[in-house]
Amino acid sequence: MIAKTLQDMFRRYRRPGDIVFAFIFFSFSLFLLSQLGTETQTVKRTKWFAQPALWPKIAIWGMVVFSGLHLLSSFLSPRIPGRLREVTFWLMSLEYVVYFLIYVTAVPWFGYLPSTMLFAALLTIRLGFRLPGAFCAALIFGAVVAIVFRALLQVNIPAGRIYELLPDGLRAFALTYL
Amino acid sequence: MDNLISGFAILAQWQVVVALVIGSVGGVIIGALPGVGAAVAIAILLPATFAFEPIVGLTLLLGIYGSSMYGGAIPAILINTPGTAVNALTTYDGYPMTKRGEGHRALSLAYSASFFGGIFSILCLIILSPVLAWVAPHFGSREIFLAALMGILLVILAHRGQTFSAAMLAFFGIFLSTVGLEPVKYTKRFTFDQTWLSSGVDLIVVVLGLFAISQALLLLVDKEHAPGETHVRGSIFAGLKELLGLKRIATVSSSLGVLMGMVPGTGEFTSQFLSYTYAQKTSEDPDKFGDGSPEGLVASEAANNAVPGAAMIPLLALGIPGEALTAMMLSVFYVHNVIPGPQLFADQMDFVMALYMSLILLNVIVLVFLLFSTNLLLKIIQIPTRFLGIMILTLSFVGVFSLRNSVTDCAIAAGFGVFGLILKRLNLPIVPIILGMVLSGIMEVKLRSAMARVKTPLDFIDRPIAAILFIMILGIILLHVRSLIQEHKERIKPQPVLDEDSTQQG
Repeated sequence: MIAKTLQDMFRRYRRPGDIVFAFIFFSFSLFLLSQLGTETQTVKRTKWFAQPALWPKIAIWGMVVFSGLHLLSSFLSPRIPGRLREVTFWLMSLEYVVYFLIYVTAVPWFGYLPSTMLFAALLTIRLGFRLPGAFCAALIFGAVVAIVFRALLQVNIPAGRIYELLPDGLRAFALTYL
Repeated sequence: MDNLISGFAILAQWQVVVALVIGSVGGVIIGALPGVGAAVAIAILLPATFAFEPIVGLTLLLGIYGSSMYGGAIPAILINTPGTAVNALTTYDGYPMTKRGEGHRALSLAYSASFFGGIFSILCLIILSPVLAWVAPHFGSREIFLAALMGILLVILAHRGQTFSAAMLAFFGIFLSTVGLEPVKYTKRFTFDQTWLSSGVDLIVVVLGLFAISQALLLLVDKEHAPGETHVRGSIFAGLKELLGLKRIATVSSSLGVLMGMVPGTGEFTSQFLSYTYAQKTSEDPDKFGDGSPEGLVASEAANNAVPGAAMIPLLALGIPGEALTAMMLSVFYVHNVIPGPQLFADQMDFVMALYMSLILLNVIVLVFLLFSTNLLLKIIQIPTRFLGIMILTLSFVGVFSLRNSVTDCAIAAGFGVFGLILKRLNLPIVPIILGMVLSGIMEVKLRSAMARVKTPLDFIDRPIAAILFIMILGIILLHVRSLIQEHKERIKPQPVLDEDSTQQG
């Protein structure tokens, strides 16, 4: 009884959407295989082990063979309901990727501190946190992150161009620490 | 002895001490938060540590690595939710003990077993160090190539029931490492004439995407999973002495943790599996396993905490990471131009000693911290998981953007974030991609230098260590084939369908 459950604990389960992923990955592997001749070069007077194309060849053939086997095993396994729901879940993550990339683009313009505070606060609203406490916590979190990484640890993040518009004393401080 | 004293001197620097305390305490908190885990934290902090001295950066990351599993045991025992994936087995006996009103006993047993495992592994390493310093220089190009090959093979075969997907992802990792301008003949490989692909795909960008951004996206899109409120009653010191009565289990489990930690590609899960099976088979009360057995709890926690120390062996002695976290640490070495491998072990033993002593100290710091602050940690883990998602996504930006202020890097990392989310949702492994990326770089260089002196294929394995490694590789393949044949003969049962909606703990 216990041994069976223990085996269950270490077993990895197949989930809905497996065949969609397997198909996409196999197609991607085939695409790479089709590009192998044009995207790598064979150098003359060079032995096989030093050829630049050797490792891409090993990698792509490995991908093709094993993703093919993975696709085959998914195809032969019983279908698990919920494929569409699962793929929708994957696509829903793209919304947050868009927010993230807007944030990334905003930082060099508006500065790390204001962008980070705004990003964290707006995400709390998007996620449905309605209490003022959550909004304030997000603002404080954004401020702490920016101060710790840029002011204290001096991590390599450029100053915001908007800081140039600040008065003299504050501008130097903002350009260095915020 | 000189190395030991020099190691102390390195460790006595204030920056190292601060990094050790922050890493240890931070690691416990991160480990206790279900849905975060050491890999996410290390991926985020990795670029920040590049500005530090190697020993400071490594101490900070080691602190997180070594202490997260301590923290992960708390929610595993008290609310049946493992803080990190490797604490899943701890829920098995820890939570039933809590239900019986023995939560404080289970926690103190887990802490003491973890401490025992951690210290045991480091002591083994210190004792083994002279041997390693002697053996490491005998590893030439072909031996390192074979060891890396064995690492890839093991990481694929360790994913039982998922060998095809683990293999395809490992080869995908190998492919990623080949993209860009190849450094010997200066030819382009899979750049598609895009300038942003010429410099290749950065390991840290991939790591941040696959571990940190994917976890943030998963937490943001998935429904809220608020851990239930709980509180520990009773003395947390109660179970400390109890470990003495279970020292056989603790020692064997720790030994298995050390052994599995040293073998690239295996790690915590295999050591836990072996030690739990051993503890159950040798127990006077095997039926209690899975229903609140202190022996099971000790086996699980001692085994997983013995791994981080042992995983440093192949990394330091051969420059071969055994799993994703040590692969991340390898990049800290490279950034500082400290190349792990035989020379490091032979020439900079004081540095290695300082690392080992920092591992001992972190175990002490963590134990003391936990004994007095478990209830405080239980309040911290009440953070809503979607808010945690915001925190991780915000912090991921620092990790990626600070590398070279590149929006393209952030876009690539976000792409890998979505890819990682899909893998996590499908229960497919991420580690083979990272190990494929790291180990293939090593294999390409070492094969090229090794083959220059090889005339016939047999010359490749004409040295004792190369021959042993080759036999081990053959043995691993043969054993796997044999077990496949046995499994095929025994059964073909339909796989049960998991009806769980969330994969956050996976």
